Amino acid sequence: MNIDTKYHGTVAVKEEDIIHFPHGLPGFADEKRFVLLPLADTPFVILQSVKTPALGFVLIEPFSYFPSYEFELDEATVEQLNIESERDVAVYVILTVADPFHETTANLQAPVVINARKRIGKQVILTNTAYKTKHRLFPEKAAT
Amino acid sequence: MLVLTRKLKEAIQIGDDIEITVLAIQGDQVKLGINAPRHIDIHRKEVYLAIQAENSAASLASKTSLEQLNEQLKQWKSGDTQ
Repeated sequence: MNIDTKYHGTVAVKEEDIIHFPHGLPGFADEKRFVLLPLADTPFVILQSVKTPALGFVLIEPFSYFPSYEFELDEATVEQLNIESERDVAVYVILTVADPFHETTANLQAPVVINARKRIGKQVILTNTAYKTKHRLFPEKAAT
Repeated sequence: MLVLTRKLKEAIQIGDDIEITVLAIQGDQVKLGINAPRHIDIHRKEVYLAIQAENSAASLASKTSLEQLNEQLKQWKSGDTQ
């Protein structure tokens, strides 16, 4: 089927490409079906809503930008996402693009966790964590 | 809104499988214990609201801003490796 997207024009997606977010995302509870569309020549991956063309979140893989980033998935999440093996899990974080661009932030407190094998996803809100909703993507200008 | 008064160690039952117990009261702080099925997510309200607000802000990016951000990232990365 063809879907209209925010960044990629009209895209043909297969049913098996669709990732199900059973509870939507916080603030977007009715958005339960998304596809992941890499944005060519960038490190960005778009989490595109299937039903709302104008809704696409900008994701990055966090570990190359925040090398020490880590968290533990609680058992409830592991169960909800039907995770059997760590290898099936893909982790992204959502970017909030700012102008000026060096103020762009990543939401490390609520990563998007996807069971790639089962095509189930969830924005996990980490509890008892030091991570926040806004971490600068570009490090503060180094005080040299 | 339903308003109930509870004492220390007393609980509230919501539906068949959600139980909220008052575990401790200290000054203006109340410690609650919550038993709920695993498919029910429980968050501190202000944390949940912050994530909602951040998602709303994040959804507003534009194609132009992404292209410019990408250029800036490339410059930063190449500066990084030199």
